[in-house]
Amino acid sequence: MSLKRSILALTVATGLAAFAVPAFAQDHSHDVETPPKQKWSFSGPFGKFDRAQLQRGFKVYREVCSACHSLELIAFRNLADQGGPEFSAAQAAVIAGEYKVPDAPNDAGEVVDRAARVADYFPKPFPNENAGRAANGGAYPPDLSVMAKARTYERGFPWFLIDIVTQFQEQGPDYVTALLTGYAEKPAHFELPDGSAYNKYFPGNAIKMPPPLSDGRVEYTDGSPATTLQYAKDVTAFLMWTAEPKLEARKRLGFQVMIFLLVFAGLLYFTKKKVWKQVALHPEDLKPRDPAPGEYRPH
Amino acid sequence: MSGHQTYQPRSPFMKWMERRLPIAGLVYSSFIVYPTPRNLNYWWTFGGILSFMLAAQIVTGVILAMHYTPHADMAFKSVEMIMRDVNYGWLLRYAHSNGASMFFIAVYIHMFRGMYYGSYKEPREVLWILGVILYLLMMATGFLGYTLPWGQMSFWGATVITNFFSAFPGIGESLVTLLWGGYSVGNPTLNRFYSLHYLLPFVIAGVVVLHIWALHVVGQNNPAGIEPKTDRDVVRFTPYATIKDAFFMICFSLVFAWFVFYTPNYLGHADNYIPANPAVTPTHIVPEWYYLPFYAILRAIPDKLMGVLALFGSIIILAFLPWLDTSPVRSARYRPLFRQFFWVFVIVCLGLGWLGSKPAEGGYVIASRILTIYYFAHFLIILPILGWVEKTKPLPNSIAESVLHDGVPVGASAPAPAKV
Repeated sequence: MSLKRSILALTVATGLAAFAVPAFAQDHSHDVETPPKQKWSFSGPFGKFDRAQLQRGFKVYREVCSACHSLELIAFRNLADQGGPEFSAAQAAVIAGEYKVPDAPNDAGEVVDRAARVADYFPKPFPNENAGRAANGGAYPPDLSVMAKARTYERGFPWFLIDIVTQFQEQGPDYVTALLTGYAEKPAHFELPDGSAYNKYFPGNAIKMPPPLSDGRVEYTDGSPATTLQYAKDVTAFLMWTAEPKLEARKRLGFQVMIFLLVFAGLLYFTKKKVWKQVALHPEDLKPRDPAPGEYRPH
Repeated sequence: MSGHQTYQPRSPFMKWMERRLPIAGLVYSSFIVYPTPRNLNYWWTFGGILSFMLAAQIVTGVILAMHYTPHADMAFKSVEMIMRDVNYGWLLRYAHSNGASMFFIAVYIHMFRGMYYGSYKEPREVLWILGVILYLLMMATGFLGYTLPWGQMSFWGATVITNFFSAFPGIGESLVTLLWGGYSVGNPTLNRFYSLHYLLPFVIAGVVVLHIWALHVVGQNNPAGIEPKTDRDVVRFTPYATIKDAFFMICFSLVFAWFVFYTPNYLGHADNYIPANPAVTPTHIVPEWYYLPFYAILRAIPDKLMGVLALFGSIIILAFLPWLDTSPVRSARYRPLFRQFFWVFVIVCLGLGWLGSKPAEGGYVIASRILTIYYFAHFLIILPILGWVEKTKPLPNSIAESVLHDGVPVGASAPAPAKV
């Protein structure tokens, strides 16, 4: 059948046009690398946060990142929430007490700072965006609350489809860790603007944030290695929790829902089979016969 | 529908009620004894799945609306607070955002099923056109909803899409100003989008009633594409169709739950977790996945007005499908050539979707142009000509026969009848 063959040829041609042509369209010569994959305790269907890691990550945020980056969506009480770093309520209160926040105006109408309480949110390092820019060479340090979900990198075909099945969702955390450890000497051909650092993973490679972490910068008391990579992973895990504080509850409920739906689907399948058996057709049903009274007729 | 049993109220109350408002009788005749072709396959369960998704979106949406703040300065934060401080707020929000995608997956399957089995043909043209209207309403609702979290992609997606309307000569600028409620996308835009996003689902629900009404007048099409002739060709809606629908709805819910609980952000964009910032444009502004084929068509055409017309035309053309397809045979089962062109068309739509997610440059634009031409050619050239030149396979004598003989008709030697 020649028409059949020409349809096939057309299909192949459109396929080629759609999928092969773009291959030579991707010719941007840039130096941005793909973040390496890390192992995360919170990945996969049974993922959970590692409490000790979140607590270490909080320490890194507090002693390093918080100098410039806010964490607007997190209150001190969240530190004691289930499924988070799980500090005790008393510990969360102590941590809150070490911060100062502006109180409501007093009787004289003055705003005075007071010690924070667990209900307060983490105070911002800069009073406004312009103050942040002025202190950081013109770049505003972004809020970190949902940072671990606000960054990604392209997975490409066929990985973006495989990711649905493997539940790979950790592009954001991989990127954050890569960025924090991705400072390097600039290549000879690269022109780095003044006041910027070279980073292998940052889009455009020139980042205003100087390398924030270095070996030994934060003291760990639980014997974890005090290395840049370990700091980066810990603070990333902490930021994944701030971005997705209900992750553990979500995955736990998800498993229960999947089991319920599977059992329910199985029961319905067998019920359906049994019900349909009652109306199974037999060859003699095809023999012509007079319609029964009240039988269905076509309209 | 005549000929099948009517509702006989037994209790005195139901007798009293039935004389005044025969709602029980309506339910009985529409959802209990309603005759449904016995050969419907699982592709026919998506109508029920779509009703379920509409209900799920309305329920989750109404509850989300109790906690959401439609203000440019507070919307982003209020969504995050729903995720954190509202009991099961994360579930409501993820179910609603992924529910929109599931709604579109179901509607695309439903539409392709209609195309494959010729469900739009006489006498189901109005049923089909109501479906196209529902699809347009869904697209509008989905777009409006995606702006509500007021992230970067919300803001810039809204900017790009509302700018389409500026292409219309003369009225374009005023139209865009009206959409925005000002001279750029801002708080008034968010307010009116929120209001319309709450309104449109109820308009959809109204058109769904018309869609189902039209369905119950003409009856369901079926994989054989021939009308039921005797009661051996049909089964009662309940329990036969209901149990089948219920089973597949739960299977569909497994996929839905997988996304909600395990990969809730897969179908969104990372950029939408960055609060909207009119001063910073994202590197790639990409609409939600369900608009991507149309986005590719828009960008394939260099002229802005022509691009916008092609975009709208690619959807409007669906409404004319009953008259563009000239073949008297409905089901692709008996149309060997159409069946192949159908699958080519599916691949072209998927290809356009993939191209829509790519930057508009180089080979991507060339590929988009080829596929856009093919998309329109499918409706305007291939379908009309196929109807005239295609030699169709003989149709079975009845649905019962097609079921018993696995689609192979016995003793049927005559070519397809001119009118089915």
